[in-house]
Amino acid sequence: MAQLVASSPYANAFEQIQRDHAGPAAIADLRRVAFDQFSTHGLPTTSSEEWRFTNVRPIADTTFVPARAVALTHEELASFSVTGALDGWPTIVFVNGHYDAALSSVGELPDGVVVESLANVFSSSSDSLGVEQYLGKGADIRSDSSAFAALNTALFRDGVFVHVAANVVVDHPIEMLFVTTSNSTDLNATESPMTHPRILIVAGENSQIRLVETYAGETDTLYLTNVVTEVVGGENSAIDHYKLVREASAAYHIGHMHLRLNRSANFSSHAITLGGNIVRNDTVAVLDGEGVSCTLNGLYIAKGQRLVDNHTTIHHAKPHCESHELYKGILDDQAHAVFNGKIVVEIDAQKTDAKQTNKALLLSEDAQINTKPELEIFADDVKCTHGATVGQLDADAMFYLRARGLGLEQARSVLIHAFASDLLNRIGIQSIRKDLDELLLAQLSGSGEGGFYEFG
Amino acid sequence: MLEISNLHATVGNKEILTGIDLSVKAGEVHAIMGPNGSGKSTLASVLAGREEFDVTEGSVVFQGQDLLEMEPEERARKGIFLAFQYPVEIPGVNNAYLLKAALNEVRKHRAESELDAMDFMAFVKERMDILEIDQSFMNRPVNEGFSGGEKKRNEIFQMAVLEPKLAIMDETDSGLDIDALRIVSSGVNAMRNAERATVVVTHYQRLLNYIVPDFVHVLSGGRIVKSGGKELALELEDKGYSWIEETTETVGS
Repeated sequence: MAQLVASSPYANAFEQIQRDHAGPAAIADLRRVAFDQFSTHGLPTTSSEEWRFTNVRPIADTTFVPARAVALTHEELASFSVTGALDGWPTIVFVNGHYDAALSSVGELPDGVVVESLANVFSSSSDSLGVEQYLGKGADIRSDSSAFAALNTALFRDGVFVHVAANVVVDHPIEMLFVTTSNSTDLNATESPMTHPRILIVAGENSQIRLVETYAGETDTLYLTNVVTEVVGGENSAIDHYKLVREASAAYHIGHMHLRLNRSANFSSHAITLGGNIVRNDTVAVLDGEGVSCTLNGLYIAKGQRLVDNHTTIHHAKPHCESHELYKGILDDQAHAVFNGKIVVEIDAQKTDAKQTNKALLLSEDAQINTKPELEIFADDVKCTHGATVGQLDADAMFYLRARGLGLEQARSVLIHAFASDLLNRIGIQSIRKDLDELLLAQLSGSGEGGFYEFG
Repeated sequence: MLEISNLHATVGNKEILTGIDLSVKAGEVHAIMGPNGSGKSTLASVLAGREEFDVTEGSVVFQGQDLLEMEPEERARKGIFLAFQYPVEIPGVNNAYLLKAALNEVRKHRAESELDAMDFMAFVKERMDILEIDQSFMNRPVNEGFSGGEKKRNEIFQMAVLEPKLAIMDETDSGLDIDALRIVSSGVNAMRNAERATVVVTHYQRLLNYIVPDFVHVLSGGRIVKSGGKELALELEDKGYSWIEETTETVGS
């Protein structure tokens, strides 16, 4: 059963989008279908299997209206960014869902690389790179569990289009930064801002690219980020993707990423969730050619009463593909995490090699995780493994460290950091790894109330 | 340096130590021997501050202070070092990190300046040579994937770096091959001096050929039933632990 949605704010937002920012006719049509789907299904409830442990009632109970444009200075922006903008990377910045040309700086990109605001692409006269051909072709908007993706499709105002032509290698990581900040003067007391960023990445044959999506927001602000990312990986392309969720601690973040990977493509993603009140990261990967390698890694850290939900689905559609998943969570207080890892091996996908691991470290008696592997295997010559562990800090290791002179808090933070370290070590972009490492260490060493690892 | 009086300790409801008296002075090496289950390792763990054990009676005074009141890390900083019987594997923490953090905690306590990475490496280099430890070892995770011998060597290496006042070795010799035993022993012997006391807990006399003790104590049923010089170890080797157990039964009855 769908949750009842106070539909008029969403309907108003939809009307406004269709009137002013609908985009090309095909996109306007797609939006209409999406909004119909959303209206039919409404926001999911816990009676939907895909949302069983994640209650989005607080989202349904809030009146969200499209966030208004706000101007930020570079200094204000810098306080939100983990990394990137200051390193001279190509950076595209959205404040409250609006492309900010002044803060963005794509610099000099190699020939054949486009990094552009989607709204700008729509307003230009030609769509030579075929946004319409790809947009909305990946993410499911029709099932009752995909209402958020449908809502994004109906309401997205802007986002990022990245296109890399065949054989082009992009040296610098491309950073996409989405910041939400309060503009309370524009809002009624009962309204909260929402953004629906849309990202489309098309990587041509033999191309190579690294992408960083960062989400951040102003402390204590209640807002909703509802993003959909679609990635098309061409034959033998190599894509390295990072998603850093550093939303404000009161914020809701719902993200859906859809990957279509062609023959011999190599894709890896690292989803790092450090903030947000309710965070859901959905990733659906379709391994649609032989020899694809797909790695999905995730690290999530939550305390208080936050909830982090990672749902992954990997469709092995063709033979000789491999997928690796490693998700690790650190939960304190009454924090709650969900990990659901679905692996589908279709009948043709012989010689599939799929490995899935989820490990959670619970730092309090009240923290909890629901972890579920789901394997649907129709081929008969495959290797699929999955494993989940849930544990506390190792008492023997704690004593060992203390017996060497490390204090209780230090021993604790060393072990927590050690738990996360193998994931951090897999982060290929050194500056991100270093910044996250320092962030983690700094937060871990700051003992006392609220200072333990407050990232949001 | 260390005064143990009438020490009783339990784990769960079971009394493991039933009244230990032991006095260790600076410069001395004491060997504590005994059959399995006699309480040797419990004694070592209680001295290091392991929380599973409850001290129900008695006292332990270390350099004039009540040791039992101290947290494990406080004991370590004041100069007590336990070489673990089963060194713990800690994936994700490399040896260099642990050693530097531990050394700096000890130095802070001694009001010495903390060492930076360069000074630290210079400081440990000499000790690595003594224990035949390779440079690459420093970047490996603590004890992870180490052989039994490597783990024990690592314990003694840590001890050499931390320069404790009282070193307690809990069955460091168990399971060592001849080479490892030689390396570990020479590491311990290199550290012997007039200010440092060493307590060697062992099941076997063999180690005492390498690390020659000043005193040997035999533990049985949670207390010291016999003390003597190094020749006691040989006598034990000769007659076996059953000799002691028979003796104590006679005494007890």
